[in-house]
Amino acid sequence: MIEIKNLSFTYEENSQPVLKSVNLNVQEGQFVAVLGHNGSGKSTLAKQLNGILLPSGGKVYVDGIDTSDEKLLAALRKTVGMVFQNPDNQIVASVVEEDVAFGPENMGIAPDEIRRRVDFSLKTLNMYHKKDMAPHNLSGGQKQRIAIAGIIAMSPKYIIFDEPTAMLDPSGRKEVIEAIKTLNKEQGITCLLITHYMDEAAQADRVIVIDDGKILIDDTPQLVFANVALLKELGLDVPQVTDLMYRLRQSGHALEYNKLTVEDCANELSKLLGDPEKYKKIGE
Amino acid sequence: MISDITLGQYIPGNSVIHRLDPRTKIILTISLVVILFIVNNIVGYLLTGVFIALLISSSKIPIKFILKSIKPIYIFIIFTAVLNLFMTSGTYVFKYGWLHITYEGIYATIIMALRLIYLVAGTSLMTYTTSPIVLTDGIEGLLKPLQKLKFPAHELAMMMTIALRFIPTIVEETDKIMKAQSARGADFDTGGLIKKAKSMVPLLIPLFISSFRRADELALAMECRGYHGGEGRTKLRQLKITPLDVKAFLVFGICSAICIIVGNLDFIKFFR
Ligand SMILES: Nc1ncnc2c1ncn2[C@@H]1O[C@H](COP(=O)(O)OP(=O)(O)OP(=O)(O)O)[C@@H](O)[C@H]1O
Ligand SMILES: [Mg+2]
Repeated sequence: MIEIKNLSFTYEENSQPVLKSVNLNVQEGQFVAVLGHNGSGKSTLAKQLNGILLPSGGKVYVDGIDTSDEKLLAALRKTVGMVFQNPDNQIVASVVEEDVAFGPENMGIAPDEIRRRVDFSLKTLNMYHKKDMAPHNLSGGQKQRIAIAGIIAMSPKYIIFDEPTAMLDPSGRKEVIEAIKTLNKEQGITCLLITHYMDEAAQADRVIVIDDGKILIDDTPQLVFANVALLKELGLDVPQVTDLMYRLRQSGHALEYNKLTVEDCANELSKLLGDPEKYKKIGE
Repeated sequence: MISDITLGQYIPGNSVIHRLDPRTKIILTISLVVILFIVNNIVGYLLTGVFIALLISSSKIPIKFILKSIKPIYIFIIFTAVLNLFMTSGTYVFKYGWLHITYEGIYATIIMALRLIYLVAGTSLMTYTTSPIVLTDGIEGLLKPLQKLKFPAHELAMMMTIALRFIPTIVEETDKIMKAQSARGADFDTGGLIKKAKSMVPLLIPLFISSFRRADELALAMECRGYHGGEGRTKLRQLKITPLDVKAFLVFGICSAICIIVGNLDFIKFFR
């Protein structure tokens, strides 16, 4: 479990705190999305979780490990993996499998076991067939999956994704989000996804909205996105389907608000419109 | 355009030479270079030439690639040849004013040219048959004993690994920036040397800035992946000395002994 207790953080002395007494618990196995506009402190919070940054006040515990305990730093890095925005700047080696091996190599694992882990994580991410390729010949989504495989090979319990899809095209984004969901559902890895894409956040179990270094909302995606007015006020978007439902509701249509998937939305609309067949004909 | 450069000159294959441990190849290449400076007469050089030709043919690397690797040093060979030809004193073959050619000069010229050609052919044989990554592993393996003397063997290998990884990325980026600047009217191709150098500024500045940012992000990612220097680090790929390597050392040892002896025969006579 990740426990954040009264965490505050300031980059430089005498400057404004970036995190202001944040309290947060993340249970094992959860898939949590973190939202917030630019500069709200999302990345800063993420870096607190594996000891890259240390609290100025308060405490962060991961599975009971105090992140400011220097002796346990290696154990902490092994427990909490991190994936960043730009896949190019996370890949160290010029051969895919060698890059995936980088983390386990740092952990001092025996070569046979490294081989087993590399093969396993590449297969998990569906990249095994590319193991001998040079990373610069892969697509953005593939590169990001290699970066994720490199983290999986360290077998972490928690992975923090800091805008992993921000530099990808739509198909790359989809690949990466599917991979994250698989890791969460099938391997039971606790995932924290920082994102600016609302449709990605809608797929999480829990959504946290950070504003100005404080946690403002912490709820299920259905309830968070129901509050369209507040989100807009915070400078955040809502998923397209939610926005559509919201506007229809505002113009007086009786619609259920907590539909987040495109199918649900389509069903809801067809209920409203009556017989969908009829409209199809008009469309043609 | 420039984005399709190949890194290093590795030509994949499965010849005897390809299968040797990189450390073996590095040591033998260095020995070859040393031998080239010990051998002292033309017969010795011809013999060494046969030896190198045998090595090349057993590597199955097409001879045109070896010739291609010698090409860039043509000028250098000609330059040293001219110097040797006209500057060596001895018995005159030809003399006109201060210009002269001597027997000793001709001899030195031929030996120096052969030496340079063999040098490049021998070392490029190594880079043709060893991928840069494996070569890096080999260098790290060889330098590891020096780590006790505080020599940064692991750091050096890490640096080479990262350079290999980022060269294609940065070439791609250069290409992108060049196109972007050209679209804004920058001109990289015309003008004199000074104008060309000046036109590089709008290319180099963004390139440097972005490279520093890359370095920053990479360092962070490496730290998150538990990197803490070479200490206590293991490797996925293990280097292993096989019987093939032992055989290579034996064959190389015998052949080079012959070359050295033949290459110094007049010396031996001289000392008697
Ligand atoms: N290394 C640093 N030194 C000083 N201030 C920093 C540093 N990194 C970030 N900040 C400041 O801290 C605040 C929060 O930054 P942070 O990167 O956590 O935001 P974010 O929520 O991740 O934003 P984005 O969505 O743009 O990634 C910003 O005001 C930023 O200027
Ligand atoms: Mg950020």
